[in-house]
Formats: sequence, structure tokens, C-alpha cells
Amino acid sequence: MDYKVVIGLEVHVQLLTNTKLFSGCINKFNPDNPNVQTDPVTIGLPGTLPVMNRKAFRLALETAIALNCTIARFTKWDRKQYYYPDLPKGYQISQYDMPFSEHGWLEIPTTDDTVEPRQIRILRAHLEEDAGKNMHDETGGGGDSHVDLNRAGTPLIEIVSQPDITSAAEARAYLEELKLLLSYIGVSDCNMQEGSLRCDANINLHVLKDGETIPTPIVEVKNVNSFRNVELACEYEIIRQQKEFEETGKRLGEVEKETRGWDAVRGTTFAQRGKEDASDYRYFPDPDLVPVVVSDEILNDAQASLCELPAARRQRFLKEYSLTPYDANVIIEKLGAFADYFETVAKGCDDGKQAANWVTQDVTREMNDRGLSIEEFPIKADVLAALLAKVIKGDLTIKSAREVFMELLEVPATECTSAKIDQIIDEKGLGAVQDTGQITEVINAVVSRNEKAASDIREGKLQAAGPMIGQVMKELKGADPKTVRQMIIDHIQGN
Amino acid sequence: MSLVGATAAELLSFMKKGETTAVEVMQAHLEQISQTDDKVEAYVQIDTETALKKAADVDARRQAGESVGPLGGLPIAIKDVLCTKGVATTCSSKMLENFIPPYDATVIKKLSEADGIMIGKVNMDEFAMGSSTENSAFKKTRNPWNLECTPGGSSGGSAAAVAAMTAPMSLGSDTGGSIRQPAHFCGVVGMKPTYGRVSRYGLVAFASSLDQVGPLANDVHGAALLLEAISGHDQLDSTSVPKDVPSYTSNLEEPLKGLKIGIVKEHYVDGLDGEVELTVREAYKVYESLGAELIDISLPNSKYCVAAYYIIAPAEASSNLARYDGIHYGHRTENFENMVEMYSRSRGEGFGTEVKRRIMLGTYTLSAGYIDAYYLKALKVRRLIRNDFDDAFKKVDVIASPTSPNTAFKLGGMINDPMSMYLEDIYTISANLAGLPGISVPAGISKEGLPIGLQLVGAPFEEGKLLRAARMFEKETGWTAKRPEIN
Repeated sequence: MDYKVVIGLEVHVQLLTNTKLFSGCINKFNPDNPNVQTDPVTIGLPGTLPVMNRKAFRLALETAIALNCTIARFTKWDRKQYYYPDLPKGYQISQYDMPFSEHGWLEIPTTDDTVEPRQIRILRAHLEEDAGKNMHDETGGGGDSHVDLNRAGTPLIEIVSQPDITSAAEARAYLEELKLLLSYIGVSDCNMQEGSLRCDANINLHVLKDGETIPTPIVEVKNVNSFRNVELACEYEIIRQQKEFEETGKRLGEVEKETRGWDAVRGTTFAQRGKEDASDYRYFPDPDLVPVVVSDEILNDAQASLCELPAARRQRFLKEYSLTPYDANVIIEKLGAFADYFETVAKGCDDGKQAANWVTQDVTREMNDRGLSIEEFPIKADVLAALLAKVIKGDLTIKSAREVFMELLEVPATECTSAKIDQIIDEKGLGAVQDTGQITEVINAVVSRNEKAASDIREGKLQAAGPMIGQVMKELKGADPKTVRQMIIDHIQGN
Repeated sequence: MSLVGATAAELLSFMKKGETTAVEVMQAHLEQISQTDDKVEAYVQIDTETALKKAADVDARRQAGESVGPLGGLPIAIKDVLCTKGVATTCSSKMLENFIPPYDATVIKKLSEADGIMIGKVNMDEFAMGSSTENSAFKKTRNPWNLECTPGGSSGGSAAAVAAMTAPMSLGSDTGGSIRQPAHFCGVVGMKPTYGRVSRYGLVAFASSLDQVGPLANDVHGAALLLEAISGHDQLDSTSVPKDVPSYTSNLEEPLKGLKIGIVKEHYVDGLDGEVELTVREAYKVYESLGAELIDISLPNSKYCVAAYYIIAPAEASSNLARYDGIHYGHRTENFENMVEMYSRSRGEGFGTEVKRRIMLGTYTLSAGYIDAYYLKALKVRRLIRNDFDDAFKKVDVIASPTSPNTAFKLGGMINDPMSMYLEDIYTISANLAGLPGISVPAGISKEGLPIGLQLVGAPFEEGKLLRAARMFEKETGWTAKRPEIN
């Protein structure tokens, strides 16, 4: 069966604001104490009125600009009516026909050098308030349900992609890139476990049969809570929909859109709602809120405050520092401060590749072991740059540089300077040995002690040099092992 | 010196001169309540102790020479649609029978900052829906001029409380005429301010784009004084307008020179009571005699007012009242099998007939397939109505009309005829749709002894002009000084 996969994602992102979207109530994740982050507006007490949080709108604007969206200069709020216990007012304040932004795109990277980055179009991004949370008694005992409104009224931006995604892996890549972008510009912490990033996937197939393209019915998989599960759920659906099409031949429009859930334990999707009537949300403009007019000033200001976005920075890193796509990705994914650190090191030592190796390996390893953020890392970027510059100049071997690096980690923060590097080198005698006369002397002595190995080398078994290199190095700290090896071979072979 | 039935200005002057105290004023009005309210039934809740304590506090400060707010100890009756911290706010509905707000409405806060004292909460039509105060879940308020008649609605309790001399002033809310029509029925002054002039925070919503809190009083000065105290921008209400509040009282006595009064030709139609028409035409003559110029104008779209209103108001109400679901608060049925049944039975039992009627109307007109034909069309009509007014106010200062086509009708008289009841608001509704200020001022008494009001509507934020025009009339005629014989 020949087919194309068609996936569109709806992503809900919780914005990183101090207070809720329409009230001064604190906005913080609190899983332990229900209904402590509420106020009269949040719980929808009679007589209360919403007032828009300007910070939330600003973060939403920055998000939309980063997603290359067109920003509406006039936007309004609508009420979406439905009954649910976690919806205090009986309606959700959302945006219906006039979202504040539309028609953007997100570039997703490829690891293959030869393939151009893909652009996934964004249909719209709008702002809305979140609902609360129902907690049901799963023990089967009392059948009690509890309503927690801590989350009610928190600001969400809903980002709806066009159905441009063509595989499960691409769905995952889109979501990862979106998370990266939003974390990078600091509008959300994108914590999927805490629900600050939630994803619904709309999936169907375009089956090519007898020269005709037949779309299969669209299935919406709700609330998938990790990148891996998004990929798995899409993969599962693709196979399930193939089978279903082969069995039933049902095409789009012949059956109702189906909503399915994802069972991460079984690795399957399951039907949630089937032939339910389409909801009538009775949208209408919220008369309690005035429309929002976005001025040039606000827009320019939001634009100017945005940092270089990850996709652009990634491309620049490839060109400016000759990084591999892999290294560039690793650095970009660790967010802005880390990439800044890398850039300072790369510029300071004038070798992007060397800088990338060190920050993605040594620095990352020590950060992880010590539980530090890059901001807290004791060796500042300029100090590391100075250290690497010595390696690049040939003043220090990589091995010695590692030793200095580890020493630097242990000195008090105030002493962790470029000057300290020289001090450590001096104290430990790590300076590269330039005096070839001294090296020759030591090599002569070592070779004369190792006749067997010398004769092996004469017969061409060059690996026999290993133990002798070690012995030379032991006597001459700071010698470059490669140079030493070549000198031993040359000495024995009489070149 | 009678404290009961005196105007706010008189009471303030007595207190300032030391001829009486806020405690005595409060006691006199509480006494009046105990003597009359079993007949009028305006009050749903009175906290004598707190009211007297607050009065004593004002007296103490006044005696100590400390500053006292502009409402310096005056008793004020509050429509039970305004949230009062720690005091039940029921909207005269079973749904909110036990609702005690943890906060004060902004107007209540402002009132108390101005040293006004809540004497009690007064009855209303359930969730402010109705024109007779018969839709209350608790009691039917009567008209102090004739106890067989309604006081009008939905602020019937607020109007009856002032008319019965149990408070010199009161607060009401006006969505389609709910302050002005009962003011007309009860022979008091009632004003609906410009939309956005007064904060709606803490006003339990009926139709958010139309609702506005406003004053009722036994004279124009009282209305001006109370309006001044409650007006102004509120950060908690984004529809409230950041605009300075002029002192309405300070130039109230200055007559408006060359006042141009618009007379709307579409207003004089079938259904207008002859006596009401006559009284209003008499009022025009009074203005002419004061040097005002009468100018015929046309509001061509006014014939659609009632229709547009009964689309927009129920649509918003159906949404605003969704929160009373028996889950978070409100009445919950005792008898249900599942969630949907709990919602529907709780709402079925908790709401009265008129509220249910409007929720159903609103749900229908907002539903997919009908929203274009009804709701969105009504919004367009609303815009046309506003345009008519904008044109009219290029020619005139105020527009004069009857407040309502009839005098107070008999209790139960229209209970089975909602359409006639809706027409009660035909002259008042357009001001709500257009967001304009309007005032009803007593202009006469019918042969049957029932008050008749004159309505003046002004351009946005022209409350000052309206109050001065109403004051000119009051000064000339003295109708606001008439009191019913109730004791």
C-alpha cells in the first residue's frame, strides 16, 4: 500500500508569568496543595471580572514573532462555553475568529548535511486561559472526584501547525524544536511532566490507489505527554490506520473525527469518543474584556527584545565555527547561556572545533557530575579560552590541559583566572618540552634500556614504541606524546 | 426637622450643624423600616448593629474634627446584586441563597470610603431579570404609593426603599432600564450612568455589555452626590473608562442656558398611556418656559431596540449564568445519577421561570447556525442605534421622553405576559444598547395617585449636563418633594 502520512500538531504551552492570564493570582505549579493558588477571579466568583495580564500578552507576542507569524493589530477575546467541573465560569476565555497571530512557520533541523531544514507551517497561535484539573478517586472506593483550580486561569498559548508533518520522527522533531525555541526565548519552561507543554496530534493517511489520493479519516490523539510518546503514538496510528483502511476502505468524511487516547504502558492508542455530536461552544466576544490593539511601538519592542533564535544560531555556528551539525545541535539544545559560553570560548581560542569538543565533553561532564548550570560553572569562558589557546599554540598538550582544567575546578572562584593557568603549569611542570636536545637525551637512555622493543621497531612493529613513549613521558612532563613517538621511531630506524 | 423623608443634602447639613448625628439618622431610618417594611417588603437583609456602629464611628470622627467623607454617615440601601464582603449577596435567587462574598464590589468600597453606610440589602428581580420585582425567589416588593402595585424592576427594592423613606438614597443596577423604570414607578430620581463610568467589579453580571450600577435618591442632588462617590476608573474592570470624574454636585444649581431638548418622533406610539404622555408633554412646556428649545429629532432604528436587547441581553446572560452549576456553589439538587443530571437538575431547581426563559433564549441565539441570524445581527442593529444617537447629539443636548409607557401596574398584572412586560423598557433600553447615560426624574402623579417619570438621555459622559437639566426641572416643579402616605 502506497501512502503519505499527514500529521498536524496542536500544542498548548503554559507561559512563564508570575500571575494568571486574567487576574493577579499567583501562577505556579503546585502539585501538593490543591486550590491554594486561587482568587475570586480564578474561581469565577459572582461579580468578578477578568483583566488581561500584559506580561502574558507580551510573552505570547514574542512567541508568535519567533514563529514567524503575522501579528494581528486588533485582537479580541471570546468565550467558549461548555460545562465541566474544572471550568469555574462555565466558559473558557479564548480566541476564536480573530487570534492575535497567524500564518507562521517553524524550521526543523535535519542531521543530514545534504538535506535543507524543513519548514512546518503554523496555522495560528492564540492565547487562552487554562482550566483546572479534576482528580478522580481511582481506588474505586468512594468514587469521589476532586476539583483543583490551581491551574485554572493560567496563560496558555495554543500553537496549531498545518498538516505539514510527514512522519512520526518529524512530529517528534517538530515538538523538540518548538520546545527548544520556547525555552530559548524564555517564554515557557516547557515542562511536559508538569503539563506546561501538552500536545494533541491529528493524524491521517493519504493513500495512493489507482491514481487517486484517498484521505483516511482524521484521528486526534489527545494529551501525549513526552516526545517519545508522540513519536510512538504517531507510529502506532499510522500502522493502525493502514490496517483499518485495508479492512474498511473508509475515507475522510465518511465517519466522524475520532478522538483517541495514548496508553503508554501498552503502547497503543484507544478510542475515547466516537460518534458524539459535534460540540457547540457558542463562541461570542467576551463583553468583560476590551479588544487589544497592538501598536507599532509594542510590536517593535517585542521584536527587539528577542534574542537570536536557535535555528538561526545553529546555522551561524555551522558556518562561523565550522561545526558539525551534530555538535551545533548539542550546543544549541543546551540553551542560550551555554551557547554564549561556547561562543566566548570559540572566539577566545580561535578554534571552534576545539571549543566544541571541550564544552560538549569536559564542561558538560563536569556540569552534570557537579549538578551545576553553565552560569554556575567555576571555569569562566574566557579562562577556558585561554587554556585552549595554549593547546592550539602547541604550548600545552591536551592531556596536560585536562590536568590544568581539573585543577582549575578545585581552586576558589576568585582565583580561577588565566594567571592561575600559568601557575598550575609551572607548579606541575606541564609546559610542553620544546628543547629537543633534552628529549633526545632521554630517548637515547630509554631506547638503550629496551633492546627487544627497539629490534621489533626495526622490523617494522611500530606499536612496540608504546611502552617506551610512556617511559619518556614519565621523565619529561609536558612533552607531546606524538612528537616523542616519532622521535623514538626515527632514532631506532636511524633516520 | 424630620429625618425620615429628608434629602441627602438636608441630612448632611443637619449633621454638620450638630442638629443631629449619624446614629440618630440611622436610627430614624431603621425605625422607618420596622414601621413600613412589612408592607413594602423592600429589604432582604439588615444588620442594625453594624450600621449603627459605623454611624457612631462617623459621628466620633466628625466630633473630633477629623475629615468625614462626602456621604458622611448617610444610610444607603444596596441592591442585593452587589457583592458585600461577609454579607450574603443573593441576587434574589435560590442559586445564591447562601453566597457570602469574600470581597466588596468596587462601588461598595467607594461608598464606604465616602462614609456612606449600608443600611441593608434590598430585593430585586432574580439576577436583575424583570420589570416588577416579582421574579424574586424570596419576596415580592410593593410600591409604597400603592401596595397593590409593583415598584417596577429589577431595582424595585432600591426604588421602593427610597420612596418608603427608609433611606434617602440607594444603589441599583440598570441593564435595560432597571433603575429608571422603578424610579418612575416609585416617584424617585434614578440614574443609569454612561457604560464604563462606574466599575462593574462585584456587580453580579446579568448582561455584561449593558449592566451599569447607578444611584437612586429622593432628589437630584442626592443622585449627583452618590454618583460622584461611586464613579471612576477601576483597574479591576477593564471596561471602566480612565476618565476624571467631574464634581456633579458643585455646579448642579447652575441652570443650563440655551438647553436644546430633543423630542423623538418615534416615541409617541400606540401603547403609551395617555396620562403619561400628557405629563411628559407638560414637562416639555416647563422646560420651554425655562428658556429651553425643543427640537424634533428622529431615532429611526429605535423600533428595533427591544428586539436587539432581547437577543443581546439573554445571550450574555446565558453565558454569565453558566457558573451557577451546583458544583462550585449555588443550589445543588439532592437527586441525581450522573454529572449531566446533576447540572440540569440543579439549574432546573435553582433558577426561576424568567431566568430560565432568558437562558434558553440566549443559548438558542448563540448556537451554531443561529448566531449570524440573531446575535451578530443584533450587534449590527446596536451599532445603528448608537449612530442614531451620535447624529442626534450633534443637534441637541439631551433627549427627553417618558421613562416607561405606563404607571406602576398591579402585582401579578403581567406575570403571564412576558412580551408586554418586555415593552415596559421600550424607552429605556436604547440608552443601554448605546451605552449612554439616562436619568428618570419625577414629573407628575396620575389620577390614581401613581408617580410618573420623565426620562432624559445624554451623550456619553454627559452625566453632569443631565443632572443639571433634571435639577432645573426639579427646582421649577418640586415633584421630587412628594412623598407617599405610607405610615
